Amino acid sequence: MSGAPPRAFAPRRRLPPGAVGLLFISPWLVGFLVFMLAPVLMSLYYSLSDYSVLEPPLWAGAENYTRLLHDPVFWKVLRNTAVYTLVVVPLSTVIAIAIACLLNTNIRWRAFWRAVVFLPSLMPLVAAAMVWMWIFNGELGLLNSSLDPVLGAVNGALGTDLRGPNWLGSPRWVMPSLILMSLWGIGNAVVIYLAALGDVPRSLYEAAAIDGVSALGRFRNVTLPMISPVVLFNVIIGVIGAWQVFAAPYVMLGSAGGPDRSGYFYTMYLYDNAFPYGKMGYASAMAWVQLVIVLALTGLTMVMSKRFVYYRGA
Amino acid sequence: MGVLYALPLLWMFSTSLKPVEQVLADPPTLLPEPLGSVPRYAAENYIGRVGPDGVGDPRGVWTDPVVDFPLFLRNSLVVAILSVSGMVISSAIVAYGFARVRWRGRGAVFALVLATMMIPFPVLMGPMYVLFKEFGWIGTLRPLWVPAWFAGAFNVFLLRQFYLTIPRELDEAAYIDGCSHWGVFTRIILPLSRPALAVVALFHFIAVWNDFLGPLIFLQKQEHFTLALGLALYQSQAGNVPWNLLMAASTLVLAPVLILFVFAQRTFVEGIATQGLKE
Repeated sequence: MSGAPPRAFAPRRRLPPGAVGLLFISPWLVGFLVFMLAPVLMSLYYSLSDYSVLEPPLWAGAENYTRLLHDPVFWKVLRNTAVYTLVVVPLSTVIAIAIACLLNTNIRWRAFWRAVVFLPSLMPLVAAAMVWMWIFNGELGLLNSSLDPVLGAVNGALGTDLRGPNWLGSPRWVMPSLILMSLWGIGNAVVIYLAALGDVPRSLYEAAAIDGVSALGRFRNVTLPMISPVVLFNVIIGVIGAWQVFAAPYVMLGSAGGPDRSGYFYTMYLYDNAFPYGKMGYASAMAWVQLVIVLALTGLTMVMSKRFVYYRGA
Repeated sequence: MGVLYALPLLWMFSTSLKPVEQVLADPPTLLPEPLGSVPRYAAENYIGRVGPDGVGDPRGVWTDPVVDFPLFLRNSLVVAILSVSGMVISSAIVAYGFARVRWRGRGAVFALVLATMMIPFPVLMGPMYVLFKEFGWIGTLRPLWVPAWFAGAFNVFLLRQFYLTIPRELDEAAYIDGCSHWGVFTRIILPLSRPALAVVALFHFIAVWNDFLGPLIFLQKQEHFTLALGLALYQSQAGNVPWNLLMAASTLVLAPVLILFVFAQRTFVEGIATQGLKE
């Protein structure tokens, strides 16, 4: 019964807190070392080696990187991926905000429409790709069948001979097809925007309305600044996601990326090099270039956003 | 606008209920005809035709000899159950270490956790394959679920934020009763965190169910394929599979997600809403 009384506001102690904390986070720590740090370092080493998985890596210095610079396919996938990202991210941001604003009004069946817009983003990409392949089908697809009467009327009036394109079969239309499909899957962002819109204080709108600010003015001067941190979050997630696009083009176009490699993206070429071609060293160099690009894009977005993003109470 | 979003799914479902002649009709019809025959068409496309002599015609998703749908479904379920339980348990434990235990360097390590979210999977996939090959895991389902038992950065973040909203007085009362950290975690934090744990489980399930790249890289034998991968097989190997069967298979893959969504719509929406609110 001697000694200090037990400390009332601390847990019973058998171990120092540092050890307890470390024990609790140990699953993450082990996972980080084995499934994250080790692969990143291995990838750095492979990227500087000639490595085919079947034989041990041979030191090659910067050779993989210099070969990348002279690889026309690398530049092609880089260009395709950049175009895709630069179109999809701004376009989906604008459309998602517009839909969220529509859903934020007092329309009828609001919960139903929200579910309709959200559901496609939960769909397995492979299944979505199947559905869109069928929609894009040049002869029997839903898209061209819907366009037929419209184009028919135009042709009749102007004497032209316009026809629905063979979407996934023509190099020119592959990219627009993939972009169109990606706009179908923005429900996730819409739901995030809806939550942000719900958080904008009503008093701000009322004050603006009393001052005679138009609806458009209220959107520009109240809504946009208030949701800007969420826009930034979605843009960053969107850039990282768009840069990794893989499953949909891979399933719809095959591993070669469709006609003239018009739907061949960065991750697809990286995958092809690493696995079917067995050029792990070359693929690892691509992986490191990708890591640098993604970090640079994210950093750039953050820096550019400083001027546009408004943090409440900051 | 809403109609445009619903149309592809409706089109998928309606095509999955048509006989092959109607799929090829030009111009396409919106609904199968006559509507009275839909149950028969559905049975043929989804299950397979059974002739008058009781011999089945194998052209139906469930009974197709080329793409073994029931087997892929089983694989997907095995991976999903093992992966989701691992992710929920491990992330819940790790998040406690960041929310409730004070230790030196905690802030810096937590920043590192957040930073790992930036690393894209394609950067890791090559060396991961080499590692799993060393472990002898290639050719098994293990690469798809074992890593989930080592916590996910975003889920740790989400659960930590939730734990921080639980009043500390509860912990302190438990300490007075002689509880250890583990006791507080299992008896107080875990029971109170059920909504957040449900969000983690739900979203991880969707991610695993829909994952294509992971199975494509790590699975080699067809007998291990998951549904997402098996569906692609439908398209590539059995190139002449009619569209109505492809759409029926797609509908079946979507079905579990759809059912979860119907029953847990609120959890979905709230879970996603919190993603945007992080600083």
